[in-house]
Amino acid sequence: MRNLWIFISRYSTFFLFILFFGISVFLVIRNNSFQRASALNSSNQIIGQAYQKVDYFKGYLSLNESNLKLARENAALRALLKSSNYDNELTVNTIRDTLQESEYTYIEARVINNSVNQKNNYLTVDRGSRHGIKKGMGVISSQGIVGIVLNVSPRFSTIQSLLHSDTRISASLADSKAFGSLVWGPQAFDPKKALLRDIPNHVKVRKNEQVITSGYSLFPPGIVIGKVSETGIKSGSSFLDISVLLNNDFSTLQYVYIIVDQFAEEKESLETKNLEND
Amino acid sequence: MTKLLLENLFRFLVLILAQVFVFKNLGYYNIVAAFPYIMALMLLPVRISKGLLFLLAFLTGITVDMFYDTLGIHAAACVTLAWVRIIFMNLTIQADDHDSYSSPGIGQMSFRWFLIYSFVLGLFHHLTLYFLESFTLNNILFTLLSILLSCIFTTVLIVLFELIFYRRRKR
Repeated sequence: MRNLWIFISRYSTFFLFILFFGISVFLVIRNNSFQRASALNSSNQIIGQAYQKVDYFKGYLSLNESNLKLARENAALRALLKSSNYDNELTVNTIRDTLQESEYTYIEARVINNSVNQKNNYLTVDRGSRHGIKKGMGVISSQGIVGIVLNVSPRFSTIQSLLHSDTRISASLADSKAFGSLVWGPQAFDPKKALLRDIPNHVKVRKNEQVITSGYSLFPPGIVIGKVSETGIKSGSSFLDISVLLNNDFSTLQYVYIIVDQFAEEKESLETKNLEND
Repeated sequence: MTKLLLENLFRFLVLILAQVFVFKNLGYYNIVAAFPYIMALMLLPVRISKGLLFLLAFLTGITVDMFYDTLGIHAAACVTLAWVRIIFMNLTIQADDHDSYSSPGIGQMSFRWFLIYSFVLGLFHHLTLYFLESFTLNNILFTLLSILLSCIFTTVLIVLFELIFYRRRKR
């Protein structure tokens, strides 16, 4: 006991400090609401973290079982989702007008498969022959043209995208009305760029001039495809290679419209007669 | 002896009143504030007993706390200051000087000693004060910055006061 007193009196400064500092901090925590809340909180944090750690390790033991349960539950829930049902509803708006006979009708379709970074790109949509889609119809979106229907099944159809080495679409310049064929290019890797070929050398091309469909092929005339990004004048050759910045963003396509041309057969049979005459 | 007592009492009163009515409203937003009332604790006689020093520090702190509505924070800071003061005195003053009952002002010590003394004591006071006040280590850089700036401000004020009084006393 005596030794304890000697010890305390030797370090009396420190003990006095501890005493008074302790009283002060006690007062701080008791009387100031913010510090009180913080002090309680930090002690709660420690306890809470300890519980959390223990629970984390406990969770490993039942991981397999709970994964299985979750997977089953997911499968059951997924079957209930609207997206797992095939949407058979179709709205085709056709206006009956005897003065202006409608030539084109549109079938809306949702893109369910898409690619932009292959050499030949295809899309799949959720509409097929049941809904009146036939091979060779044009496909557009709200932003511009998309491609041509390639294969049709009862419920689905595949579309040969504009980003395909074989796709050629008749397009014309908005101002000069000169027409050529639009292909993917100049190097077929950028889904934002296409090449307009076969425009004669004498045509004056402006930068940022709009490129639209010509109306000579599957597409109605005047659909905006994109704008001229490089005029591509080359000395010596008789045709221009015009770079076109596509209006359509192929990587984010969601809904497309398939164009039904009512007079397509009539036009085709007439044009085949021409060939027979040759 | 009575003179010493009266001098210290008068100093306490003036400094605490100045602190709570003048310096409380003086500062640069939250960042810089001055606490020159700690000068009263710094200028207590060298030979004061430890127990009395701690008690006085605690009471000073509590008094200021009452005006600041932060019960305990200034008390804790002042107690820390008292502790640092004892250690600082032990380290810098020889044993024979301990007998003097006078205040450790510029008149008794050198100017350089007083500058370091007030800065170190002020720094520890402000460290305790600001960390107890914020009670978190978030924004620690901001807290440290305001501690340093406030400490410089307080030290400048204390040295300034001491210089004024020192000159007068000399005359």
